[in-house]
Amino acid sequence: MVSRPRRSIKLTSKLRLEDIQGEVYRGVSEIKGSLVFVRDVKDVTYDEVVIMRGPDNIDRMGRVLDVSHELAIVQVLGSTSDLQTDMALKFTGTTFKIPVSDQVLGRMFNGLYRPVDGLPPLASGDVRETDGTPINPIARIQPNNFIQTGISAIDGMLSLVRGQKLPIFTESGLPHNRLAAQIARQATVRGEKEEFALVFGAMGLKRDDATFFVDQFRNSGAIEKSVVILNLAEDPAVERLLTPRIALTVAEYLAFDLELHVLVILDDMTLYCEALRELSAAKEEVPGRAGYPGYLYSDLATIYERAGIVSGRKGSLTQMPILTMPGGDIRHPIPDLTGYITEGQVFLDRDLYLRGIYPPINVLPSLSRLMRSGIGSSKTRDDHRDVADQLYDAYARGIRARDLAKIVGELGLNEREKKFLEFSEAFEKLFVGQGDSENRPVEETLDRAWDLLAKIPEAELVRIHEELIAKYHPHHRANTRE
Amino acid sequence: MSMQMGTLERVAGSIVVGSGISDVKMGEVVMVGREELIGEVVKLTEGGFTAQVFESTGGVGPGEKIVGTGKKLVAELGPGLLDRIYDGVARDLELLFKERGSFIQRGVRVNTLRRDVEWEFKPSLLKGASVGEGDILGTVLETPMLRHHILVPPGVKGRLKQIEEGSFRVNETIAIIAGKDGEYEASLMQEWPVKVPRPFKEGGRLGLDLPLITGQRVIDTFYPIAKGGAAAIPGGFGTGKTVMLQQIAKWSDADVVVYTGCGERGNEMCDVLTEFPRLKDPKKGRPLMERTILLANTSNMPVAAREASIYMGVTMGEYYRDQGYDVALMADSTSRWAEALREVSGRLEELPVEQGYPAYLPDRVAEFYERAGRMVVLGSPERNGSVTIIGAVSPPGGDFNEPLTIATLRYAGVFWALDPELAFSRHFPAVNWLKSYSLYSGPLLSTFTESWASHSEYEKTLSWWHEISSRYEEYRTKALELLNTAASIESIARVIGESALPDDQQLVLLAAEMLKEGFLRQFAFDEVDAYCQPEKQALLLKMLIDFHTNALKLVTRKVPIDLVKELQQIPLIMRAKENPGGTRYIAQLMEDSQQALEKIASNYGFTTKEEY
Repeated sequence: MVSRPRRSIKLTSKLRLEDIQGEVYRGVSEIKGSLVFVRDVKDVTYDEVVIMRGPDNIDRMGRVLDVSHELAIVQVLGSTSDLQTDMALKFTGTTFKIPVSDQVLGRMFNGLYRPVDGLPPLASGDVRETDGTPINPIARIQPNNFIQTGISAIDGMLSLVRGQKLPIFTESGLPHNRLAAQIARQATVRGEKEEFALVFGAMGLKRDDATFFVDQFRNSGAIEKSVVILNLAEDPAVERLLTPRIALTVAEYLAFDLELHVLVILDDMTLYCEALRELSAAKEEVPGRAGYPGYLYSDLATIYERAGIVSGRKGSLTQMPILTMPGGDIRHPIPDLTGYITEGQVFLDRDLYLRGIYPPINVLPSLSRLMRSGIGSSKTRDDHRDVADQLYDAYARGIRARDLAKIVGELGLNEREKKFLEFSEAFEKLFVGQGDSENRPVEETLDRAWDLLAKIPEAELVRIHEELIAKYHPHHRANTRE
Repeated sequence: MSMQMGTLERVAGSIVVGSGISDVKMGEVVMVGREELIGEVVKLTEGGFTAQVFESTGGVGPGEKIVGTGKKLVAELGPGLLDRIYDGVARDLELLFKERGSFIQRGVRVNTLRRDVEWEFKPSLLKGASVGEGDILGTVLETPMLRHHILVPPGVKGRLKQIEEGSFRVNETIAIIAGKDGEYEASLMQEWPVKVPRPFKEGGRLGLDLPLITGQRVIDTFYPIAKGGAAAIPGGFGTGKTVMLQQIAKWSDADVVVYTGCGERGNEMCDVLTEFPRLKDPKKGRPLMERTILLANTSNMPVAAREASIYMGVTMGEYYRDQGYDVALMADSTSRWAEALREVSGRLEELPVEQGYPAYLPDRVAEFYERAGRMVVLGSPERNGSVTIIGAVSPPGGDFNEPLTIATLRYAGVFWALDPELAFSRHFPAVNWLKSYSLYSGPLLSTFTESWASHSEYEKTLSWWHEISSRYEEYRTKALELLNTAASIESIARVIGESALPDDQQLVLLAAEMLKEGFLRQFAFDEVDAYCQPEKQALLLKMLIDFHTNALKLVTRKVPIDLVKELQQIPLIMRAKENPGGTRYIAQLMEDSQQALEKIASNYGFTTKEEY
């Protein structure tokens, strides 16, 4: 039996080998990729944090991935270059935890939660496990507070609600960062003055992209209410495995302890998954699709499921992960598995972007699963649901007409098809398209939709209840005004 | 049952290796480490064993204890299961919430059945009666919707030495059965190992000829499912699997619904929890939760418990079947269960076959789906019960050519193929009418028509009502034919444009469009349309098919198609499903549209009725 007490150590400050009591292990049997194999260990537990010092006298952190009496396999968080088998290790006796307090707002950290803003590490506060614990489904509150992003395509057709996880599926070269920053700037809950607190977790982001975000937060004054966790492209890939978990631990603290409404942006989840694949390969695990480990789904779920609203607490945690689809392929394992966990997706389309439409949101493959509970007469407007349905239907028809026109030419279309084609062109320009500082209230979004729907014959509006047509259709509105 | 203490040798994620328990069995439940985390033995080796742990193992290490319980993973069965929500190993989540708060902590032990509730037990047998397995000892009113029969557990028989009426907690003795090998103290609850199917009367499997009526048109009319059948719903993300499962859970005419959320979203389970208590059962008018058991093992809960949740659900279902009830079991999603198998198999370093799945995946799928069925159950009085299994499958990339979908289709009699194209244009349920099938459709349709033919007094007096009930299968075939033809015409229209098609083909496209919008598409959240009564389904279908038949008469007499397309009744027909006027409104509309067509015909100097 093991009787060693569990120590609680703050792992954020530059923890040094000397700071930990206990046995020092000298020399390891093997180093492979980011893994270190230590023989003949005693009293080591799974997931325990390890401090390692190489001949270069630099201390590194690691976690135990597999442990038996003979062998512990340790994953090094950080670079393994310059490490030699002749190194010193200490097992800390604790799993990975970080301190949190209200001092965390306005701060900036690296992927291992070390301050990079020149300020000292958090001095006091609660200590939390970064892996988090699942929310009891019975303690969840159904998310149904409409978030107005001021972006028509999202508000009108993919409404975001507080506590939702709605990723942006994008490709390299598309303006997803601009869009995410715009959402972060403009997001408000109708009828409430309170702004969102922002947690930004960057995984493998290029330095200029990271600077862009930080500048955006700074310029809009949001930096006071935000926490930035930066793992940049030049930082070690394995650190990326911790970054989103640190960001979410901080966010959970803000949402469920400080009762703030928190919006978490995680960018870019694809690089996180690649880091996970790298580790899996080093462990010589049986690869699943495209070399990603078979547990990618479960692993991603432990990140995405940390969104929601919990009964008895006022705050909420809304997630907007960004992921670049490798090769623009939505069937790639990363977007595919993500889509199975998240509550919808916002799909950015290269084709729309090339035609000069910002934000290039293709609404057809996009979806918000929680939209239904967040819209309607008491929340947005009574016609919202029907209008959204009709827009989807009409736009899908317009796209079919556009495909047809490629073969038979526009002259070969019948009157009905021409109407829908015309509608879809206008829809893309006037409804989806908007400026990156244009903040449209949801009423304006819906009115715009009606103006566009007026382009198609009224009898075709089968997805809108008749009484709503009578109330909102521009023809009828014009009549009542006269 | 003897507890035995052993030692942990290795910890690697959810898999632990132990030693020192001499008679450890496959499937035995073990308690791991100081916190006594629950696990299950999955592999035996010389001198040791491997177990998968249902909770996270961070901070557990070699040298700690591991205790063998001598028991397999069992389900607690008894009154109080309904109207509750459990995790994958059937811990009552509400109790867990009361004890530990909003987040699920590990190492917490709570029972499935509440021990502090007293149930009013009414015996139906007298002292001295001789009883055998499955006999009904008495009843408890579990919820206003369901009378819970207390059964003699499988394997027990003898003389009833004592039986008492009164209020009991689930673990208190209500009867004593004296058998050959001693006395058995029966209580309101019993236990059953989840991976073993509960027995039923030998040779008691019944034919699958009763439909499970769901109120969903595309299911009931086109691809029906039998009580005791098995159905698969494969579809990529966003194609509406969950909503469809929830619709069936809400509206089907089962007595008990077991809804297993296996590795899915927490907010979705919350949705069910918020919505079900508000909705009323269409037949009994009581809140749906009173007939529902929810199992929630969300995607971020431990993987091994995901595997358990499927078996837990089906065992609970079988228990209510044994009482003589019709049970519908929803599993959302079986892919997450299969992935749990794969993950554990990978950690056991078993040789993987296709896509990393273990070679025994098809066997496991078969074992699960074969637990569906309608049968004569054990014991007296003689009664039938059924378990219907409806499993969602989430194929990677929405591609149905993958191991789990293929294995599932082998054992499921109904295939509702969900189509992303339909989902993109918000046509829900996005069941592809060309790819789906139901092996049960023949015998089910006749019982389906009988069931609605007896429903509505008003319709029974009408002459055309008899016509529909005798020709329903014909209508259905006609509808499928129209949809099929439309699909091939569409591909031509894509090349030459719709206006270049001959009029009769344009009419087929119109009729197919009306079928899609007016019949197949059903809005799950519309008050009127969410549940479509069988007799309303019949009438809608007749209206749509008759419209095509009559319009075709016009078109073959050279009436321009545009005159038909301009009819004001067309948008009304497509919307009739949502009209609160129900069947009366549809009957009226049917007459109006017939007259409108007749009017055009008379302008051209003929009548649509002459060929009748």
